[in-house]
Amino acid sequence: MVYQSQAVAKPYFIAAIGLFVGQVMFGLILGLQYVIGDFLFPTIPFNVARMVHTNLLIVWLLFGFMGATYYLIPEEAETELHSPRLAIITFWVFLAAGVLTILGYLMVPYATLAEATGNSLLPTMGREFLEQPTLTKIGIVVVALAFLYNVGITVLKGKKTVINTVLLLGLTGLALMFLFAFYNPSALTLDKYYWWWVVHLWVEGVWELILGAILAFVLIKVTGVDREVIEKWLYVIIAAALVTGIIGTGHHYYWIGAPEYWQWWGSIFSALEPLPFFMMTLFAFNMVNRRRRNHPNKAATLWALGTAVMAFLGAGVWGFLHTLAPVNFYTHGTQITAAHGHLAFFGAYVMIVLTIISYAAPQLLGQGEARSNRQQVLEMWSFWLMSVAMVFIVLFLTGAGILQIWLQRVSENPQPFMAVQEQIALFYWMRTVAGIVFFIGVMVFVASFLVKGREVARETPAAIEAAA
Amino acid sequence: MSASFTKSMARNIFYGGTVFFILVFLALTFDTTRALPARDHRENLTAQVAEGKEVWEKNNCIGCHTLLGEGAYFAPELGNVYERFGNNKEAIKIFIKTRPRNGVPGRRSMPQFNLSDEELEAVAEFLKYTSEIDTASWPPNIQG
Repeated sequence: MVYQSQAVAKPYFIAAIGLFVGQVMFGLILGLQYVIGDFLFPTIPFNVARMVHTNLLIVWLLFGFMGATYYLIPEEAETELHSPRLAIITFWVFLAAGVLTILGYLMVPYATLAEATGNSLLPTMGREFLEQPTLTKIGIVVVALAFLYNVGITVLKGKKTVINTVLLLGLTGLALMFLFAFYNPSALTLDKYYWWWVVHLWVEGVWELILGAILAFVLIKVTGVDREVIEKWLYVIIAAALVTGIIGTGHHYYWIGAPEYWQWWGSIFSALEPLPFFMMTLFAFNMVNRRRRNHPNKAATLWALGTAVMAFLGAGVWGFLHTLAPVNFYTHGTQITAAHGHLAFFGAYVMIVLTIISYAAPQLLGQGEARSNRQQVLEMWSFWLMSVAMVFIVLFLTGAGILQIWLQRVSENPQPFMAVQEQIALFYWMRTVAGIVFFIGVMVFVASFLVKGREVARETPAAIEAAA
Repeated sequence: MSASFTKSMARNIFYGGTVFFILVFLALTFDTTRALPARDHRENLTAQVAEGKEVWEKNNCIGCHTLLGEGAYFAPELGNVYERFGNNKEAIKIFIKTRPRNGVPGRRSMPQFNLSDEELEAVAEFLKYTSEIDTASWPPNIQG
């Protein structure tokens, strides 16, 4: 840690990990409800558990992005953060808003929550991922503005690097696109059209800028490769992301009532969407191969490489799998979508947040450049447990999806939804087992912070490693 | 990457490409917005349909169902449920109304939402309206 104010990242990272644990616990509940239909019914019906699962994901990733920003902006701008106090205040406001919203979901019926928070004045609730009460949404905007002001001023008074410029662009885009959450027209197709401006233009648009910037920062630190080279790669990757991703929004417009030319625009551009993720994989491995130092934080390097690979598989390969209109005609709204969603979110966004946490943790905890060997070994175990378990979750969901499509949409006698669900239950059971392994992986990650290690990891001089 | 390809070239591709495709996207959006009223039968969007959409949202129906393929994948697609129920609004209303309060042992069950008669009528109207949107022949068959 070079600047004192980088320490404000710490509570953000702690909150992120805490909410991540909660998110995965609700994932397990959902997995069980798929096979034991009345599990926790009617106390926590599926729709409530799912809302908690997806909203916790979004909130903890945002905590992760903000923590990452507070950590890397002072170091990049080479100046202290404009106001560490404001950063701490917004932390508590955001945490309180998040926790209250989740408690609201769990404690009262959703319709009651909608009434209590005055949803009828400006109805924005009840749309997937944007279930938060309008009041919470306003709170998110206020927090985002305070956050952008704080980091914006910091960058203005400090050095403007490619990394902090791209990061700020991504974060500003994130806040800007969220404003479409307040637009909820009565015409369903119009509503869906702009709903995707939040959802798609986040995860397949501006969030990729944030991902790229954080990855580039960590790679500069752990490989010691020349900044010029890394920044050039960063520009090329995010150019590919936005050039393909913006029109790629069209792959959501095939069947919601929009004109049919979207089948062409969407198919062509989204078929190219794996490109930036493939480049990211080349980039990460190239930089690590050309490293000028052997950073003692081996776990962080592993997370960085893992992010690139898993993001390519999840967002790139599993996205391409069902993005062409003639294929999507059959896969749309099935377990194939769920499979893709899980691997893409995990590979791209969960892993990049865990990467920056892994890199920053030893410095925030006063352990120097790296945590002890024992702690890093645990962390690497958690990396493999989570990654392998997620791959299996996704393979099982893909299997379920293929069978579902066949039985419900392709075979000569298409069967009703529920009849099909019963026949593919075995895949849901296997998915739940893989989910438990994933949860163990999360626990091992947490445990790596609770154990003490005597021996502190040191850098192996490059010369020695080269000789060996 | 080769040295002749400089960082400022990469930067220009990023800014130029992004701005260009934002403009293309906005142009397509403009055209879509003009084409939509005919495709979603805006003339049928009554106050009751709008109210039905609010009932749909207020009870978080999207948390289990898909609507035109979007939502959760735990319960059936409802974009075409009006047709699946034999073009019968009454059947939809009776289904929603008669869900058991404590579920069905061992099985998935829709919660009892205690909707008023007015809300039931509105949500049924909304589902009828939705079934008439021109979705390029999706879903592949009546099962959704």
